[in-house]
Amino acid sequence: MSNTALLQIKDVHVEVEGKEVVKGVTLDIGKGEVHALMGKNGSGKSSLSNAIMGHPSYAITSGDVLLDGKSILEMAPDERSIAGLFLAFQYPQAVPGVTVANFLRSALLARRGDEKLMRTFRKELYAAMDALEVDHEFAGRYLNDGFSGGEKKRIEILQLSLLQPKLALLDETDSGLDIDALKTVSEGINRYSSDENGILLVTHYQRILDYVKPTKVHVMIAGKIVKSGGPEIALELEKSGYETFQSTPVTVGA
Amino acid sequence: MSEKPQGATVAPERQPVADPMIKGDDYAEKYGFHSPDAAKNYFLKGAKGLSHEVVENISRIKEEPQWMNDFRHKSLDIFLSKPMPNWGDTKLMGELDFQDIYYYIKPVEQSAQDDWNDVPDYIKNTFDKLGIPEAEQKFLGGVSAQFESEVVYHSMKKDLSDKGVIFLDMDEALKQYPDLVKQYFSTVIPPADNKFAALNSAVWSGGSFIYVPKGVDVGASPLQAYFRINAENMGQFERTLIIADEGARVHYIEGCTAPIWSSDSLHSAVVEVVGLKDSYIRYTTIQNWANNIYNLVTKRAIAKRNATVEWVDGNLGSKLTMKFPCVYLTEEHAKAEILSIAFAGTGQHQDAGAKVIHTAKNTSSRITSKSISKDKGIASYRGMVKVYKGAENSKVSVECDALLIGSEARSDTYPTMEIHEDNVKIEHEARVSKVSEEQLFYLTSRGISEDEARLLIVNGFIEPFTKELPMEYAVELNRLIELEMTGSVG
Ligand SMILES: Nc1ncnc2c1ncn2[C@@H]1O[C@H](COP(=O)(O)OP(=O)(O)O)[C@@H](O)[C@H]1O
Ligand SMILES: [Mg+2]
Repeated sequence: MSNTALLQIKDVHVEVEGKEVVKGVTLDIGKGEVHALMGKNGSGKSSLSNAIMGHPSYAITSGDVLLDGKSILEMAPDERSIAGLFLAFQYPQAVPGVTVANFLRSALLARRGDEKLMRTFRKELYAAMDALEVDHEFAGRYLNDGFSGGEKKRIEILQLSLLQPKLALLDETDSGLDIDALKTVSEGINRYSSDENGILLVTHYQRILDYVKPTKVHVMIAGKIVKSGGPEIALELEKSGYETFQSTPVTVGA
Repeated sequence: MSEKPQGATVAPERQPVADPMIKGDDYAEKYGFHSPDAAKNYFLKGAKGLSHEVVENISRIKEEPQWMNDFRHKSLDIFLSKPMPNWGDTKLMGELDFQDIYYYIKPVEQSAQDDWNDVPDYIKNTFDKLGIPEAEQKFLGGVSAQFESEVVYHSMKKDLSDKGVIFLDMDEALKQYPDLVKQYFSTVIPPADNKFAALNSAVWSGGSFIYVPKGVDVGASPLQAYFRINAENMGQFERTLIIADEGARVHYIEGCTAPIWSSDSLHSAVVEVVGLKDSYIRYTTIQNWANNIYNLVTKRAIAKRNATVEWVDGNLGSKLTMKFPCVYLTEEHAKAEILSIAFAGTGQHQDAGAKVIHTAKNTSSRITSKSISKDKGIASYRGMVKVYKGAENSKVSVECDALLIGSEARSDTYPTMEIHEDNVKIEHEARVSKVSEEQLFYLTSRGISEDEARLLIVNGFIEPFTKELPMEYAVELNRLIELEMTGSVG
């Protein structure tokens, strides 16, 4: 069991609103690996990510997802989170009236299970904020309420750094960021990244891959992975666009 | 004084019922308990039912001046002659039996004490359990504690009395300051205003009287009154009158709880507030009634030139609440702020709202109403804003937000605007929403359980209200919401 991949996605099909939008994706992410999942808008990247995290609208109709060798399909989203899964949302939800600090406190308490272990919370929070150049004032702001696109993405990575999941699905964390923000956020991702965890980096630009170096790159078109390989694929994509892959025969798996 | 009026009885001891389907077990433990010794120890418990004789007895026991005695009898006639309201929840109102209520229970012979040690244990324990003496020590400027019909404990910090602040229970105020009471009593809410105001006027007992002299600021040390119903089929009719003289500032807080009995009790208060020129009054209520209480309260304020009156009104519990805090803006630059929340669970109807009357130029009002209906609960917003011709340059803002939890929850909105002046600025917004699946998913995806996530969202929804409360009350309110949220399907 020791060389089982951290996350195993096995021939996963996802349906949303009665429509199949992910049509058999197979992917293994091992410890210390960073996989980039690239694809045009509407190719099913977010649907796959949401389904893995357990969003009720995105049903996995067949296939399996295993974390640490155990299927997570029967688990509720909070259980998946506690088990070590994390999703940085493409469109983070605003929750008016709930402060960032209060929210993060609840999320950490859910894992630590003991008020006593929360004594250092403020310190941890401020340290994590400093690292991502997030003003401390955000601790008292209502979660994602009126945040700019870039602020929302920073707060997602702030959560990543505090929650320290085993496996992080980062859905278009780069979109809407200017170049400085992209750098700060990428540094945050790199600080998190270690031999012990894995990342699925979802994006449709290759831009972020200059900062966060992927071990593998997958191209997704119309709900399927049509090509997988090394970082060179991203560059190829950048040069000639997704069209070249459309006609390429499907290579399944990693 | 110690002579008991005819027909005085002591009801056989009964145990309150804690029905977790109606309200969580926690309510029973923390607030819904009753003092089993009370019934044995009551100094005086009149017979059930309402009559001129009952009114006469109350007035006689209190050794009131003749004008008050006359006022009570006249009010009873008004009550008897007025039909029940033909609007609102007429079905629930129809279930109210005025002859099945105790109109006056005097728990102890003595009048209000200023030392908790002099309050009989069976009562003191109740207030200890509710955390009143603790809050008093921490941050309050004064405390009044009413048990059934009478205030049993009363105190105010010395620096406030040195400044001439008067904070007494209403009965005591009538004795010590008869002229001041007479000058204002029932000037804001006459008995004929509505049936329940008439009832209160006939049988009122207890409540607070506050007078803050010119220029005195007691805003930083709130004065608190706590109203506790303990007996079954009890009617509590406190009467509160607050006067802030020119330039004075005061913050008054009231809390209310009751045990969970199997039959209904009635709480019907009248609260009159007078804000003279340049004064500031905030009146905060956190009521947390058991679900067998009819809470039919009339609250009204008058704001004079450049005065500000704020009602901060939190309505939890009760079977039926009908409460529409009102401000009359009668002189220029007067301001009204009415901020309320209501939580209605199964078997409850929160019929709450606000009323503002602009009769002068340059007056402004803001109403923010938030309601949560859960399961089969019903929350209604009933609002009335009236701007008289000539009240030029006035501003009105009304915002109602309803949150529904569960597919059977109900929320109704009855906003009325009567605007007789053209030169006014009116804003009105109303929203009904549900706890969104996307928000729940976002929170649960961080490891927060679904129940906790829902609670966070609900507490977030009422945060604009909670943040106006002193910290201790904000914490308490979040805990109360948690009690309301547990124990049934969302
Ligand atoms: N909640 C939803 N309801 C209906 N259709 C959806 C929903 N989410 C995604 N889809 C559809 O699924 C397909 C894949 O979308 P998505 O997973 O968001 O792609 P990507 O993230 O790659 O841009 C699209 O056709 C999109 O319209
Ligand atoms: Mg997407």
